Amino acid sequence: MIATVNFLLVRAAPGDPVSIMAGEAGATDEQFVAQLRQQFGLDKSLSTQLFTYLGHVLRLDLGYSYRQQQPVVDLIIDRLPATLLLTGTAFVLSIVFGITLGAIASRHAGRWIDSAITVLSLVFYATPLYWLAMMAVLVFSVKLDWLPAFGYFTVGADLTGSAKLLDMARHLVLPATTLGLFYMAVYARMTRASMLEVAQMDFVKTARAKGVPEGRIQRRHILRNAMLPVVTLAGIQAGSMIGGAVLTETVFAWPGIGRLMFDALLQRDYNLLLGCFLFTAAMAVLFNLLTDLVYTLVDPRIEL
Amino acid sequence: MKRRQLFQAGSAAVGLTIAGVPISAISQARKGTINVLVQPEPPGLMMGIVQNGPTQLISGNIYEGLLRYNEKLEPQPQLATSWTVSDDAKTYTFKLKPGVKWHDGKPFTADDVVFSCDVFLRKTHARLRASLAFVESIKALDPLTVEFKLKSSFGPFLGLFENGTMPMVPKHIYEGTDFLTNPANATPVGTGPLKFKEWVKGSYIQLVANEDYHQPGVPAIENVYFHVIPDAASRATAFESGKVDVVPGGAVEYFDVERLSKLPGAAVTTKGWEFFAPHSWLWINNRKAPMDNVKFRQAIWAAIDREAMAKIAWFGFAKPANGPFNSNIAHHAADLPKVTRDLNRAKKLLAESGYKGETLRLLPLPYGESWQRQAEIVRQNLTQAGIKVEMTATDVAGWNQRLNEWDYDLAFTYVYQYGDPALGVARNYVSTNIAKGSPFNNVEGYVNPKVDELFNAGAGEPDKAKRAALYREVQKILVEDVPVAWLHEINFPTLYRTKIKNPVTSGIGLNDSLGRASVA
Repeated sequence: MIATVNFLLVRAAPGDPVSIMAGEAGATDEQFVAQLRQQFGLDKSLSTQLFTYLGHVLRLDLGYSYRQQQPVVDLIIDRLPATLLLTGTAFVLSIVFGITLGAIASRHAGRWIDSAITVLSLVFYATPLYWLAMMAVLVFSVKLDWLPAFGYFTVGADLTGSAKLLDMARHLVLPATTLGLFYMAVYARMTRASMLEVAQMDFVKTARAKGVPEGRIQRRHILRNAMLPVVTLAGIQAGSMIGGAVLTETVFAWPGIGRLMFDALLQRDYNLLLGCFLFTAAMAVLFNLLTDLVYTLVDPRIEL
Repeated sequence: MKRRQLFQAGSAAVGLTIAGVPISAISQARKGTINVLVQPEPPGLMMGIVQNGPTQLISGNIYEGLLRYNEKLEPQPQLATSWTVSDDAKTYTFKLKPGVKWHDGKPFTADDVVFSCDVFLRKTHARLRASLAFVESIKALDPLTVEFKLKSSFGPFLGLFENGTMPMVPKHIYEGTDFLTNPANATPVGTGPLKFKEWVKGSYIQLVANEDYHQPGVPAIENVYFHVIPDAASRATAFESGKVDVVPGGAVEYFDVERLSKLPGAAVTTKGWEFFAPHSWLWINNRKAPMDNVKFRQAIWAAIDREAMAKIAWFGFAKPANGPFNSNIAHHAADLPKVTRDLNRAKKLLAESGYKGETLRLLPLPYGESWQRQAEIVRQNLTQAGIKVEMTATDVAGWNQRLNEWDYDLAFTYVYQYGDPALGVARNYVSTNIAKGSPFNNVEGYVNPKVDELFNAGAGEPDKAKRAALYREVQKILVEDVPVAWLHEINFPTLYRTKIKNPVTSGIGLNDSLGRASVA
């Protein structure tokens, strides 16, 4: 179903990979175009192509990228580590800092620290990622020369062991922070709102009346009960993690799946684009399931 | 300094140069790395199959042609050391350089030349195929001699041997295989100064020195990395922060070129594009009213302010074209009537053409900010003259599609002219080249039997003076008929750091010069 809709959607865009490749060559003739169409199987009728594609997908074969002359699965798997590293780091950063900041803000609701956190989250939430990324590069790479501006390791440095890890970590700082800031802002706001709501509830008053220490109330009674909406949101973010982050990957020349997909779109590399769509859709389903499992851990009242 | 000292210093400098390569480079060990930007990531590196810009930039240093061309486009020895032409200009005989090896160690011989031209490229190279139609036979007379026999004389024949037009490919790897799907395409093997090392998709491509290269002292460097950075602003910061040494033409926006070229230790050159001679124009769909009226087309050309565009959109890296021929190619007529913006003339022509106020669809070239600005200037110019224009936004695929299907009124383009009118100009104006499916043929649908005749005669004419006369006449007719509105000769700027010596040493620039560059 997803495959069919995607297939038709992708084909609705004007142009095809052959016209793109012929266009880039600077010269072309009918023989060249016909040769490529035949090589890519684009000379057959659309319905034949669709059924061939569906048949392949059922056998878990995502086909061959026209442009890169490599199996789609290989291309996706090649890019997966870089994507996971970037989005995974951003995910962890945003959750840890987001929830911490949210909790601090709610505990000190109405005071200056709350205002500071709220304003900061609002700024990061509203700033376009692209702009933030460019500014980060200008300040930390060009002006201060502290951190590398592109790639995910130093090309040609031939580092090994811990030096290599450190090198990758340095490359990771700017893109992961840029990407993480947006979600951090979301989590902080969500946690704060949710905790303030829970704090009004009767069982919290009961706990206070019983003389439970304030820190314990915040952690065990309020935060834990306030977690459910945050988990829902985290599930959505985790599901989209595999799809990469087109903007961040583009600005920082990070070789992830988001860029693979975006390039495939511009180049009308149908098989590759569909492969990426299917793969990310499957991952989104998987992460939704995982989120449901996490609910039961966070809140024992929920049963599967 | 006294005069004698000056003379001595001068002669020492001359004596130290052998064939353009400083002798100091020969005695020195290879050293250094050059970091280059490439945009977009090429689809493949097998130059016999893929001919797009990024592929030529990288693989032009892996593969070689029989000849090289200097910036005046005069042929220079490369894999061929000498050549002779018969009196009837129908037989060309090339002597090959002895002792040349492919990167896998196998010898390069005349059989490779015959296989490359007659078998491989006839099947895969659309642009060369049109020229090979003039070739009757290609024979290896002995392992180091190749003879091309032509069906009829072909004026630009000696201009076909550059590595992007006729790259030599190894027969021992490709003979009897399906060229397009041969797994060896992933690890290209040529005879050039640089060898393929590694391609990390989405990140970089690494080439290394070919230690058995057939010219002593070359290459003088160890490594060249081509970095794939998809965002234009990030490419500019990559140069600014010193991570990249060479920025090929068109890889950063022109307003950034201006800024980056003023950084300490940075330099900019517009050399190295003479062979390609990028020429831009506005396609005018001659099939439809009101564009089928010559007065209307003349009005468009007179309304456009090409001087302002060159300044505002191109920051001076473009020069208004005087007609269909780029001044870098053979037989360009420098003395055509000069066309500058003349709004009154444009309005007068428009009135005479009987234009009824139809809205024209203008298709910008989706190649970045400079092209977008140019399109906005043209829209403003035309509106001032009284022509109604609306812009159609597309991406690259959509732009190709519309031109392929002739679904446009006005559209921007730029086209390479490959050194000779028979190779890079005639194709856009002869009526035999009207066919859907290509954005590089006679897309405007212009038909003029006299122009067809002159271009055909020009292609076959071996005598230089007679060729020049034929092409002069064709240029005069075309600037009167205005089948398209010519805009600029684009001078693509190459940005580099001055520590890189000789980054451009030929008419195709970085494409075959990086392997000959050195790092100070």
